[in-house]
Amino acid sequence: MTALQKPPREGETAPSPDPADTTAPTPPADPADDASVVASASASSGAEAAPRRRAAAPVLTASLLGVLLLLALLSAGIGAYEIPLGDVLASVQHRIGLGGHALDRTAESVLWNIRLPRVVLAVLVGASLGCAGALMQGVFGNPLAEPGVIGISAGAAVGAVGAIALGLSFLGNWTVTVCAFVAGLATVLLVYAMSRSGGRTEVVTLILTGIAVNAFAGALIGLFIFFADNAQVTQITFWQLGSLAQATWPKVLAVLPCALLGLAVAPFYARRLDLLALGERPARHLGVDVERLRVALILVVALLTAAAVAVAGIITFVGLLVPHLLRMANGPGHRFLVPGSALGGAVVLTAGDLAARTAAAPAELPLGVLTALLGSPFFFWLLRRTRRRQGGWA
Amino acid sequence: MTSVRLRGLLPMLPNRRTRTLPSPAASGEVVAEAAGIRIERGGRAVLDGVGIEVRAGEVLALVGPNGAGKSTLLAALAADLAPSEGEVRIAGRPADGWPAGELALRRSVLPQDAALSFPFAVADVVRMGRAPWAGTEREDEDEAAVAEAMAATEVGAFAERPFSALSGGERARVALARVLAQRTGLLLLDEPTAALDLRHQELVLRVCRERAAAGDAVVVVLHDLGLAAAHADRVGVLHDGRVAVEGPPAEVLEEELLSRVYRQPVEVFPHPRTGVPLVVPRRTEAGRARARREAEIGTIPLP
Repeated sequence: MTALQKPPREGETAPSPDPADTTAPTPPADPADDASVVASASASSGAEAAPRRRAAAPVLTASLLGVLLLLALLSAGIGAYEIPLGDVLASVQHRIGLGGHALDRTAESVLWNIRLPRVVLAVLVGASLGCAGALMQGVFGNPLAEPGVIGISAGAAVGAVGAIALGLSFLGNWTVTVCAFVAGLATVLLVYAMSRSGGRTEVVTLILTGIAVNAFAGALIGLFIFFADNAQVTQITFWQLGSLAQATWPKVLAVLPCALLGLAVAPFYARRLDLLALGERPARHLGVDVERLRVALILVVALLTAAAVAVAGIITFVGLLVPHLLRMANGPGHRFLVPGSALGGAVVLTAGDLAARTAAAPAELPLGVLTALLGSPFFFWLLRRTRRRQGGWA
Repeated sequence: MTSVRLRGLLPMLPNRRTRTLPSPAASGEVVAEAAGIRIERGGRAVLDGVGIEVRAGEVLALVGPNGAGKSTLLAALAADLAPSEGEVRIAGRPADGWPAGELALRRSVLPQDAALSFPFAVADVVRMGRAPWAGTEREDEDEAAVAEAMAATEVGAFAERPFSALSGGERARVALARVLAQRTGLLLLDEPTAALDLRHQELVLRVCRERAAAGDAVVVVLHDLGLAAAHADRVGVLHDGRVAVEGPPAEVLEEELLSRVYRQPVEVFPHPRTGVPLVVPRRTEAGRARARREAEIGTIPLP
């Protein structure tokens, strides 16, 4: 984590008292001919069109926030023990001291000990996965990069499953999270080193690396299951399928720092991620310290993925689906995409968890299974679309 | 104290306010130079003992056959490649002594192929050229710089289209617009005319001239010797990783040297009206007959 806390550019602190610094730039060149005058006019009309396109971002943000709030309230109320929406609001108001009233003991207990930790966890995990997906795609310069697809979720799961199977508890509540983080980080670095050549990541290499990493991680998880006792096996299986059913406040607290730190730091890299889309060298030509950026972002991705995997197991495709939909809606600019993907991920996972709990009630579908069921066809469509557009793989 | 600590915690908030902004160079002043540099790639010296000076107010064209080391020299001047011997200096400082953020205020680079991972709109791509100035007082020029660069390269007509939907030549012009918008005192352009039609080749070189006239230093890698002769103040001919000759086009572009360097007999003669040297491959009747014969037996596929 120390790499994240270093000041970025030590060399840039020299003061500039030089009055020459304020000198105006080179004057605009005279229009060479009529054509460039025309071009100039259309350029300025283009500049006027830009804000109109950007206006989509606030609208999208507002509607995503609204949907998230609605889903959270619905999710808190719906279940085997129904709590009317009004009661949910009243109880929340009561707890934060804004009027309202307490519910009866069962309702209060269900709401605050079962439903709400689960909703909060869904929001945190979804936001982490969505944001990690957007960052990952930016770092790899590849729209198909996703923590699940390229095996980072599986890698983090190896750490967590290992911690469970070996009964590790050297860090108390944090043990599983820390193990997931370390394993996730190691996997990111491995994938990064294996799939890059000449400063670019080819789609084929990336996907194949993902297959290899997923296979290896699967084998390790299998090995841990083989050596685990029955109780541990149940716990591990639960993990692999991905679920929020074991949500408790201590679990929320265990992930909260990782997720919040990652989510808070990520948007500050947005502008530089935009530049990275030009390629590694052009980004450096525009003043980006590319290596430092990559290392920092890989740490952030590992942090977010580990946080999500540590409490919810393997939940794939959220990080793939959400950034893509947002890119289609509002363009590829990371200043909206990174925080927007966090928000969108939270929406998708809250909705997914609500569906997982209610679709086959009283039984509960594993959340990871649900997202994979819905996400895989989307991934397939995406592959087709990317291929059609590019006329093949880069 | 608090702010220092906060900055340390938020590595992504660069304290750009305090960066030294570049002051304009006097005309003729050396803004970049390579002195005796050697660069190896794959165990082979791509450049060996190359020295060249880039001066403010001048267009310097680098020409030479494929593999002569033109792009490598440009990359060295851009501080992309570190020489194993010799030194590259940019704006009076060793190239590797500049932090990336400060170097970006002083030199801009047009790569040979313009790639983009995500479908940003053209105007957004050009605006990326302004990124180095974010947080400085010259941030205020952003919109003017972008509009001017887009007008100069004639890309305004498709400002709102995604970059990925453009043709190769259009992409090349958008990439150039991004470089122009950066408004640095040193421009390094790697084959800016390669994908362009006749009109836009002339346009790009005219833009180079205008930037030089305004006091900037422009280094441009070219394949078209005619363009180099017409628009460059100085031409450096690279051959086998060395600068074979360097100087004003009229002195440098001569038949014997070019024929040897390009392994292709050429004629050089002044344009009847302007006197600018024209370089044309020597096409004899015997040579054409041989090409025809070879085409018939299929050794050289003709278009």
